Amino acid sequence: MKIYDGGKILIGIIIFLLVATSPFSYNMGKASVKPEPKLDTPEIQKMEKKQCVEPKEFMKAEHMTLLNDWRDSVVREGNNVYIGLGGEVYNMSLQGTCMKCHSNKKKFCDECHKYVAVKPYCWDCHIPPKEN
Amino acid sequence: MGALFSLFTVLILVLIAFAGVKAGNLHFLFGVVIPYAAIITFITGVIYRILKWAGSPVPFRIPTTCGQQKSLPWIKHSKIENPSNTLGVIKRMALEVLLFRSLFRNLKTEIREEKVVYGSEKWLWLAGLVFHWSFLIIILRHFRLFVDPVPAFMHLIESFDGFLQIGVPRLFITGVILLVSVAYLLFRRFFIQQVRYISLANDYFPLFLILGIGFTGILMRYFTKVDLVNTKQLIIGLFSFKPEIPEGVGVIFYIHLFLVSILFAYFPFSKLVHMPGVFLSPTRNLSNNNRTKRHINPWNYPVKVHTYEDYENEFREKMKKAGIPVEKE
Ligand code: HEC
Ligand code: HEC
Ligand code: HEC
Repeated sequence: MKIYDGGKILIGIIIFLLVATSPFSYNMGKASVKPEPKLDTPEIQKMEKKQCVEPKEFMKAEHMTLLNDWRDSVVREGNNVYIGLGGEVYNMSLQGTCMKCHSNKKKFCDECHKYVAVKPYCWDCHIPPKEN
Repeated sequence: MGALFSLFTVLILVLIAFAGVKAGNLHFLFGVVIPYAAIITFITGVIYRILKWAGSPVPFRIPTTCGQQKSLPWIKHSKIENPSNTLGVIKRMALEVLLFRSLFRNLKTEIREEKVVYGSEKWLWLAGLVFHWSFLIIILRHFRLFVDPVPAFMHLIESFDGFLQIGVPRLFITGVILLVSVAYLLFRRFFIQQVRYISLANDYFPLFLILGIGFTGILMRYFTKVDLVNTKQLIIGLFSFKPEIPEGVGVIFYIHLFLVSILFAYFPFSKLVHMPGVFLSPTRNLSNNNRTKRHINPWNYPVKVHTYEDYENEFREKMKKAGIPVEKE
């Protein structure tokens, strides 16, 4: 079969291939490391039974919706009591509760968030815990 | 008919993925084998189509123009509407691809008071344009799940797309626009009679498929969550040829992935192939230089001619004898 305008067609196909395979070529030779959120904060060390507000699997997938519910509950309904896993009572607060236990934001929250490239805008206003 | 058939096809596809993963435990098939097969089909299929188009000769310039052709210097030449050189074609093509310029001229035809009347119709252009742009942004946005480490500018897309800061995870505007515009493109086929008449299953199927992809994506992001870290691991595994099936990736992700795989595999064999096709449309990608350049038909073969001069040379004597006048003695 004869190809007309072979040069232009070739350029087009090369561009298409470069774009279509770009995720492969970008990842080539780069070792992807799975994030390992660290739990070694003083507050968590002190706990006898190391557990979060809700089960770990739930927290992994749904902590952002939980935070949203907490925010709405506190700011809109004035209710800041949350009964969590196993009947524990928590004060619904981002800085005061989550970050008290997870005071290692850089090694915990940011570890995952960097991996999936999210930058929660919460820290525009809320103050992250001091870390060295 | 076509619409119902397409709707049920998409629903069956969803069920296949659901049953395959939930009941059949075929995580590897749906998470690795089918996506790879789809990528290979997509790439080879598109190249095959391009080569097939490139094999058709375009002996004459056939751009559809709508402006003054380049002519005498004192006649104003419409450089983009009727390009006379490659630069003009590039400008025209860029406007076509980025802004759907020819669709902007879309008209609607109606019979009013027993007369055919034409009116401006921009909704199709608007819906088509926002649909394609949001689809593009959505694909680019997905790159944060395709590559690791994620390049810094990816955050820009997130902050622009999510700048309304509604909810957590924050609402991405393009997701909403995509669903609304695809719904418009679909309802248009239902409710505009003339369009309904010419709509076939292969018009409805991509629309339902894209709706399905959008729905499952939005469901997964905002409602029935998946563990995104593990999901990204699966995707990175695919894109670095080290496939793995991590724990805790919900079935909704496999449904989403299956529909996307179907879309990519279906792409080269359907109307969707207009993506590379627009660049190879002879009515768009040629400059109108028919009058300034000679274009030789590639399938012209040498024609044997017998001129009058030769004829006379051959029969001169006989012609003279018969008293027929000749040009040369
Ligand atoms: C009482 C201390 C405490 C509080 C308060 C707390 N966490 Fe946790 N969190 C933990 C512990 C301990 C774990 C590890 C649980 C496990 O391994 O089962 C954990 C696990 C998690 C995980 C999963 C991490 C992983 O390894 O994948 C996330 C996400 C998380 N927490 C987010 C939050 C958020 C968001 C809040 C606030 C709503 C919060 N946590 C409040 C102690 C706490
Ligand atoms: C514009 C600034 C701003 C941003 C951005 C913001 N917050 Fe807040 N948030 C506030 C203020 C102010 C309050 C306190 C309101 C009150 O106490 O009535 C608050 C309260 C809260 C509370 C309950 C009270 C407490 O002590 O924590 C939660 C939970 C919360 N925010 C979560 C979030 C999350 C999650 C995000 C990110 C998605 C976020 N906020 C982003 C300003 C902000
Ligand atoms: C196990 C990994 C992991 C850990 C640990 C983790 N996150 Fe997340 N976070 C995620 C993922 C995944 C998302 C979802 C990203 C998406 O949907 O685009 C997310 C999203 C969020 C969002 C919504 C961002 C947005 O703009 O949409 C907030 C807020 C958030 N996380 C807060 C926290 C806080 C606060 C902590 C630390 C206490 C934390 N996360 C720890 C994985 C994690």
